[in-house]
Amino acid sequence: MMGDRPSPPRAMSSAPTTSPSVDKVDGFSRKSVRKAKQKRSQSSSQFRSQGKPIELTPLPLLKDVPGVEQPELFLKKLQQCCTVFDFMDTLSDLKMKEYKRSTLNELVDYVTVSRGYLTEQAYPEVVKMVSQNIFRTLPPSDSNEFDPEEDEPTLEASWPHLQLVYEFFIRFLESQEFQPSIAKKYIDQKFVLQLLELFDSEDPRERDYLKTVLHRIYGKFLGLRAFIRKQINNIFLRFVYETEHFNGVAELLEILGSIINGFALPLKAEHKQFLVKVLIPLHTVRSLSLFHAQLAYCIVQFLEKDPTLTEPVIRGLLKFWPKTCSQKEVMFLGELEEILDVIEPTQFVKIQEPLFKQISRCVSSPHFQVAERALYYWNNEYIMSLIEENSSVILPIMFSSLYRISKEHWNPAIVALVYNVLKAFMEMNSTLFDELTATYKSDRQREKKKEKEREELWKKLEDLELKRGLRSDGIIPT
Amino acid sequence: MAGADGDDSLYPIAVLIDELRNEDVQLRLNSIKKLSTIALALGVERTRTELLPFLTDTIYDEDEVLLALAEQLGNFTMLVGGPEYVHCLLPPLESLATVEETVVRDKAVESLRKISQEHSPVDLEVHFEPLVKRLASGDWFTSRTSACGLFSVCYPRVSSTVKAEIRQHFRTLCSDDTPMVRRAAASKLGEFAKVLEPEYVKSDIISLFTALASDEQDSVRLLAVEACVSIATLLPQEDLETLVMPTLRQAAEDKSWRVRYMVADKFSELQKAVGSEITKNDLVPAFQNLLKDCEAEVRAAAANKVKEFCENLPEDNREQIIMTHILPCVKELVSDTNQHVKSALASVIMGLSTILGKDNTIEHLLPLFLAQLKDECPEVRLNIISNLDCVNEVIGIRQLSQSLLPAIVELAEDAKWRVRLAIIEYMPLLAGQLGVEFFDEKLNTLCMAWLIDHVYAIREAATCNLMKLVEKFGAEWAQNTIVPKVLGMANDPNYLHRMTTLFCINALSEACGQEITTKQMLPVVLKMSNDQVANVRFNVAKSLQKIGPVLDSNALQTEVKPVLEKLATDSDMDVKYFAQEAISVLALA
Repeated sequence: MMGDRPSPPRAMSSAPTTSPSVDKVDGFSRKSVRKAKQKRSQSSSQFRSQGKPIELTPLPLLKDVPGVEQPELFLKKLQQCCTVFDFMDTLSDLKMKEYKRSTLNELVDYVTVSRGYLTEQAYPEVVKMVSQNIFRTLPPSDSNEFDPEEDEPTLEASWPHLQLVYEFFIRFLESQEFQPSIAKKYIDQKFVLQLLELFDSEDPRERDYLKTVLHRIYGKFLGLRAFIRKQINNIFLRFVYETEHFNGVAELLEILGSIINGFALPLKAEHKQFLVKVLIPLHTVRSLSLFHAQLAYCIVQFLEKDPTLTEPVIRGLLKFWPKTCSQKEVMFLGELEEILDVIEPTQFVKIQEPLFKQISRCVSSPHFQVAERALYYWNNEYIMSLIEENSSVILPIMFSSLYRISKEHWNPAIVALVYNVLKAFMEMNSTLFDELTATYKSDRQREKKKEKEREELWKKLEDLELKRGLRSDGIIPT
Repeated sequence: MAGADGDDSLYPIAVLIDELRNEDVQLRLNSIKKLSTIALALGVERTRTELLPFLTDTIYDEDEVLLALAEQLGNFTMLVGGPEYVHCLLPPLESLATVEETVVRDKAVESLRKISQEHSPVDLEVHFEPLVKRLASGDWFTSRTSACGLFSVCYPRVSSTVKAEIRQHFRTLCSDDTPMVRRAAASKLGEFAKVLEPEYVKSDIISLFTALASDEQDSVRLLAVEACVSIATLLPQEDLETLVMPTLRQAAEDKSWRVRYMVADKFSELQKAVGSEITKNDLVPAFQNLLKDCEAEVRAAAANKVKEFCENLPEDNREQIIMTHILPCVKELVSDTNQHVKSALASVIMGLSTILGKDNTIEHLLPLFLAQLKDECPEVRLNIISNLDCVNEVIGIRQLSQSLLPAIVELAEDAKWRVRLAIIEYMPLLAGQLGVEFFDEKLNTLCMAWLIDHVYAIREAATCNLMKLVEKFGAEWAQNTIVPKVLGMANDPNYLHRMTTLFCINALSEACGQEITTKQMLPVVLKMSNDQVANVRFNVAKSLQKIGPVLDSNALQTEVKPVLEKLATDSDMDVKYFAQEAISVLALA
């Protein structure tokens, strides 16, 4: 209808016509602006108040007792540090919180410099103290639509203690006296599983420590490696196919990057499956930008290990190529360039056709950043050399898009880039270029004709359906 | 021409398959969506022997195409020749049920469930059940996940040996290595329990339920809570205490807030399933704990259930339980630190008054209502106001009116237009309950002020509100209180306000009746046909079309017709268009 016309002063329905539901906020201001007014939020699910003040009996400093008594005192201090405080209540147990903090500090120093403190009895106590402090159900996110790109993360309130516990644990794992053969009794699958769940923490400081911890554990406990990889798989699969929510994907990928680096050749089937069934589908997630750099690094690591994986990887990327999200498309193009940087010519030949069909679509994208990113490939010397070697295949695929954009793209910078690309092609293979220019029109006409034939075919099919439908109410007569 | 079984020459399969293979995804998708047409062209025989094998072999495509295919195949039974041949559809659906993408897999399972009903018992055992077994023992988690959704549809219709196998497969999947499969199994546990014979519910399901409810992953445990409802309804009362309650108690105190949230969220269902005795002894303290939970999410979910929980308490000592156990918690929630908790409570708290009766409401609930009416968060206040009718039945709204008014006024002027919109929608209800005098005295000004709000949605809602008020208070009231004000706006310098007059007239003419419309409204509308803004003029045409039926034919012919004819020659295209439309609708040509 013609009622609501946009020209002023007639823009009568310029009003929002949103559903009448009551929203918490006016939907117009940018989220980041709204958030800026709020103070940084803190949260902790660590503790359920028992209502009673906590009393710890102060112990002497480790350095103040004779060496023989130190292991015993070390254990006692570990036991004291199992006590967890409520940090949401900023006023409670101030003195004891400070006492625990200084004790933890002392423990950190102690494991760093001391020798001979790590008795067998100490292992379970260390693991117990760490578990008591760090393992907890993470609190619900402050806003249920937490957007890691826009929102400030909720910080862990108990960080003053938690940080020292992580610090202590890392020093413990890195200590020269540390013996994995004893520790593996306590740092087991269940421990690792709980550790991995913590990667969902909203607090980036915590995730950073976790990354180091997990990396050390992976390095020192050979028996846990397969288990850790499997559980990371599960986290990723759940993230991709079930929740699309997990804060620690980038950190886990970073660890995997160095794990992949250490894979022995030939790659096990398990690792290839991980690449194809887990890493590639990770590209489909909405929040890709938060971990894309780490993901691309992992992918390239794999291809450097085993170039024969190039084809399945590129096919995978093409399958999940973004259809509506231009930012993601630019990321895909960036990753693809990284892959092409290391591609072997024999692999390139296998994948060039589908690959350049996609690139040709990107080049003609109305979004200039996408088109520009794709056209930048022609500035890459190695890619150029590959294109040149295979110009007889690639040029026909690219030609019609390039030719069309050179005439119609709205953005002059893109048109200029396209001219350069066309010029490069002309220099590469002038005979083919002239041929394609000459047949451009007739090719378009042939395409149009084909299109028309399709339409006619479907029309006939529909007529048939109609006829049959009338005859027997949609059921085929026998 | 095309015979009953398709026509080779007209529709060679190659052409059709080319369509399904087209390079352009969109075209491929379109073709798949019309797969039934292709099948129809081929006929049942060739659909079975050529099309389905092609589809089965070439399934590697974009998920969008696969999704469409999975959906199509669920409705394909007649196209392959009826129930006798329905098993031909199993191979492609089996492949689709192993795909990574969840939506595709779910759709394939949905289609499989659908066509399972079309299998004869023999075919079910020969074709369908082996497929389920293959999926259940697949290598990759996707196929095992899909299998979970298929057990319950074939179980009731197979022999007892096969049944035993199915139970065994389900057991295995419940302790699968990957949490994804355990989650799928846990989510189907209730459904599967329902089709099992009672003895197996006790011998099989309970142990699976207990195991899943203490899974290491909270995402599995919380699904067991859902199953708990179905399982509890299947067991005789005397078994509940030993078989279900230990697990449920544990879930209500789970260390993960997600599990506790689930318990809170399913509380009414759980309450009904376990019956009144257990409710009294177990669920009341559990509910108290959930209302006091340390996570706001859990408290909000529990607060949402307060009314339903109280309603379903056994009547003999309902009042006593509420007064001594529930109400103290509710009182605390009124001043909760989290606005979602308060707002959840505000949406149900008024419902307690019917349960507790007049005296208790006045003594105990009224102070809470009043406190919430003054809450800083507009959503809380709105939720109270939107439920006023419950209180009205018990103690009458007058008790509240002193506090109500400031709350309404404040919401009416809230900076967020959605809040204003919400309060407008409750106006007719409030007007009905507060009565005409109170309304005229206190609220009428608000209703008129909304007409000149700067947000169109508010002006529109205000117009609609006036109509509802007139329906409630009658034409005479309209004539005295609102019509003069509405018509006065016709002279406003702002064209948007002038148009509001027209919109109001559109809404009010019917409720006000012929006399008011003809004598008071029509002259104003006609006068506005000379407005300098084209939008006003074409809205005059629209208004005339709208109020035409209320007018008598004399007014139409002598007053409306000349004006419309004039507008039909307006210089503005739209004015012309709407004038002509009005002329033809009112049959004035």
